[in-house]
Amino acid sequence: MSARLLEIRGLRTHFTTRAGNLPAVDGIDLAVDRGRILGLVGESGSGKTVTGFSILGLVDPPGRIVGGSVRFDGQELVGMDREGLRRLRGRRIAMVFQDPMMTLNPVLSVGEQMALALRAHQDASRAETRTRSRDLLGLVGIPSPEERLDAYPHQLSGGMRQRVAIAIALLHRPDLIIADEPTTALDVSIQGQILHEMRRLARETGVALVWITHDLAVVSNLADDIAVMYAGRIVETGPAREVLARPRHPYTRGLLDSVPGEAQPGAMLAQIPGSTPSLLRLPPGCSFRERCARASAACGEMPGLRALGDGAVRCHHALEPTP
Amino acid sequence: MSARLLELSGVSKRFERRPNLGERVAEALGAAPAGQVVHAVDDVSLSIAPRETLALVGESGCGKSTLGRIAAGIHAPTTGTASLAGAPLMSGGARPRKATTRVQMVFQDPFASLNPRMRVADIVAEGPLAHGLVSRAGAAAYVAGWLGRVGLDPSFASRYPHQFSGGQRQRVAIARALAMQPDLLVCDEPVASLDVSIQAQVLNLFIELRRDLGLTCLFISHDLGVVRHVSDRVAIMYLGRVVETGPTAEIFSAPRHPYTKALLESVPRLRREGAADGDFRPISGEIPSPLAPPPGCHFHPRCPVAEPRCREARPELRGAAGRQAACHLAGLD
Amino acid sequence: MKAFWSEYAENRLAVVALLVVVLVVAAALGAPLITPQDPYDLANLDLMDARRPPGHVGTGGYAHWLGTDAQGRDLYSAILYGLRISLQMGIAAGAISMAIGAGLGVVAAVSSSRVEQAIMRVVDLQLSFPAILLALVLVAVLGQGRVPLVIALVAAQYAYFARTAYGAATAERQKDYVEAARATPLRASSVVLRHLLPNCLPPLIVVGTVQVANAIALEATLSFLGLGLPPTEPSLGMLIANGFQYMMSGRTWISVYPGVALIVLIVAINVVGDQLRDQFNPRLRR
Repeated sequence: MSARLLEIRGLRTHFTTRAGNLPAVDGIDLAVDRGRILGLVGESGSGKTVTGFSILGLVDPPGRIVGGSVRFDGQELVGMDREGLRRLRGRRIAMVFQDPMMTLNPVLSVGEQMALALRAHQDASRAETRTRSRDLLGLVGIPSPEERLDAYPHQLSGGMRQRVAIAIALLHRPDLIIADEPTTALDVSIQGQILHEMRRLARETGVALVWITHDLAVVSNLADDIAVMYAGRIVETGPAREVLARPRHPYTRGLLDSVPGEAQPGAMLAQIPGSTPSLLRLPPGCSFRERCARASAACGEMPGLRALGDGAVRCHHALEPTP
Repeated sequence: MSARLLELSGVSKRFERRPNLGERVAEALGAAPAGQVVHAVDDVSLSIAPRETLALVGESGCGKSTLGRIAAGIHAPTTGTASLAGAPLMSGGARPRKATTRVQMVFQDPFASLNPRMRVADIVAEGPLAHGLVSRAGAAAYVAGWLGRVGLDPSFASRYPHQFSGGQRQRVAIARALAMQPDLLVCDEPVASLDVSIQAQVLNLFIELRRDLGLTCLFISHDLGVVRHVSDRVAIMYLGRVVETGPTAEIFSAPRHPYTKALLESVPRLRREGAADGDFRPISGEIPSPLAPPPGCHFHPRCPVAEPRCREARPELRGAAGRQAACHLAGLD
Repeated sequence: MKAFWSEYAENRLAVVALLVVVLVVAAALGAPLITPQDPYDLANLDLMDARRPPGHVGTGGYAHWLGTDAQGRDLYSAILYGLRISLQMGIAAGAISMAIGAGLGVVAAVSSSRVEQAIMRVVDLQLSFPAILLALVLVAVLGQGRVPLVIALVAAQYAYFARTAYGAATAERQKDYVEAARATPLRASSVVLRHLLPNCLPPLIVVGTVQVANAIALEATLSFLGLGLPPTEPSLGMLIANGFQYMMSGRTWISVYPGVALIVLIVAINVVGDQLRDQFNPRLRR
């Protein structure tokens, strides 16, 4: 069993809208090894959510995967038939969404939903189902799990609901969980709790995580590896420590400098000028060109993703690590 | 002591949902009372000095948004007084209305806070025209001036909100508020809905305008990093009460209230050196529902140092003026 | 706007329906120009032409494309003039009920609890009455003629607009931009007129189109029962009624053609209304 669990090459997911073709994901390469946590970072419009959805084949028209490959444990997911994908979803790859109500059915109790999810992929007696569900609720940090099994989603707080969604994701001991901004809508202290627990869970169960977020603080407290996306492409990857401390791409550096936590209070923050270009009107060459202080004529050519140290960067003028 | 610009004294805000006919019948027949009362704000006293920025920090149910709206004249307090430069914010009577234009508000969601059917020029000019700050003839130039001030191309004035990005709409919202020439600006999570890079731009704009116009601000936010960057003083709220106040630097370096301490420790902060296991100390438990807050000190069920008296008696804010904490055990560090 | 119409154009049925409506309106407006006969002028009618089948050349010297009715009216002309009445009544009733109903609904949404309850209970009461019953009673009391007819139609329909406007205004009232307007502070009337009402329009437009169709159907029903306009100005309902007795004797055209015209108009308006409703549905737009 190889360590490489998920291998994405050249993935392209485009949306055909009335206004034109939207290359939401335009040629990305990603790799996730067993038991590792990858933080997929980007702002709105970067394509990070579409990437997550594409892996599981959840992209609805007018979007579709137009090219590339997604290999999961040796199996090609792009173009797989519906039955094949259905067998994978929930059992070997699970997903947690930003809004827990996308996972939870408001008219079923927590126990009933977990039972449904469990029996979708395996046979189990009622007692076994209840035991397993209760154990998982405890695992994700829900107090009094036995009572919570009979509760309905509306009786639970946002943080609790998200934990239930995570418990459901863990039901079949998947190899990979894709989490799309699952803590963004929660209070900051609850966010802290859930991040802490996800890291512990990942270590204990050996599940690999792809954590999609725009929040650099979150990713810096959770991820082993980071991939930064901009306008549908990956612009930098590498071990989290490296990317955070010594960013190579000007966009990554700009993002990190924009976070007000470290700056001198009251002083102007380092800001990236302008805004993300519309995907309908991407400039030729490097999409970050118009906002980049280091841009030159060479940037009229789209840079390739170049290996650099333990990671890779897509830039003609990658920043050198400051000694 | 210099005169305070905003003075909130003993302010409480109660939201009641009266039982409907069916529930009243059920009550008469012996069912438990169904009416619900939320003490969104519970006996809060705060003040802001001119040119000062006070940050209001807390999580869901803490009442910071409600308190912000009381300061902005949108809600009248159920009890207590709110006054701006000595004059009451709201008129009296059965249906109190805002009595001044000197305090204005910037809302959180740039997609919901602008009327989708009005042009940006009209949005910005509406208030000033209605209150005589500008004449019809001068409105266009006035709007152009403010749009330029917030970093937008004045020729965009004839556009509709949906034609702008989130960051640009928030700038329009700021222009709308500032066009009324307020003394006090209440900002309710103004950058929470924005991307990180846009957030930096809008925060910089805010810092610049605040300096140029000598604004006093009430800055509501849950983002501790942002709060630390823009505020002079901080008030931490929990379930409708203020639990700690003080200068920003002190609150962050030497918090007194257990909730403040726990919050500072449990909130994910950007770590340039990457994650390390076993570093988090999350607060235990969930935030209780505002409909049924714990008795005595609201925080006691989750407090690592709670004592029996914390369940019995509500702690009052204690300490020197400007540096207070509402905890029976504060100051005993 | 362009995006709106290009999206509309994606539903071919809706485009056809819209064309039908436009055609009918044009035909109705231009009726005097494109019909050989003014069916309301009794001097034009000749009983010799009565009950003639489609294609028959009558005393006027022209062919009656759709035949004639029991009074000798050219059915083609009568139908076009009848459509005119239908549209007049339908649009007038629709517009007036929209104005009254939307006004009441918005007022209810922004008023104190007592006023709100008072208005909405009346509206609810109204909605529980079958429209036809109410209209019948009113026409019986007010007599026949255009004005009583419009009054009856408006009374039967304003409640739908009130309910829709109330729902929309209650939802919009809680949005930030309304709060921002109130917080400036702006007068309540400014907030309602400049902020609330314009944003309540989309659902009202949808209800409006469908209610025009309903008004047309209601007017036709009343006329069918003999309670509409006087027999000398037959609307489609009355034409259908007049021709009923001949259905069994093979002279079906007298009832069927006006019936088909009525159905086509009502269905077309409903299809347009459906399409508008789907398009106005809030979707994830960012």
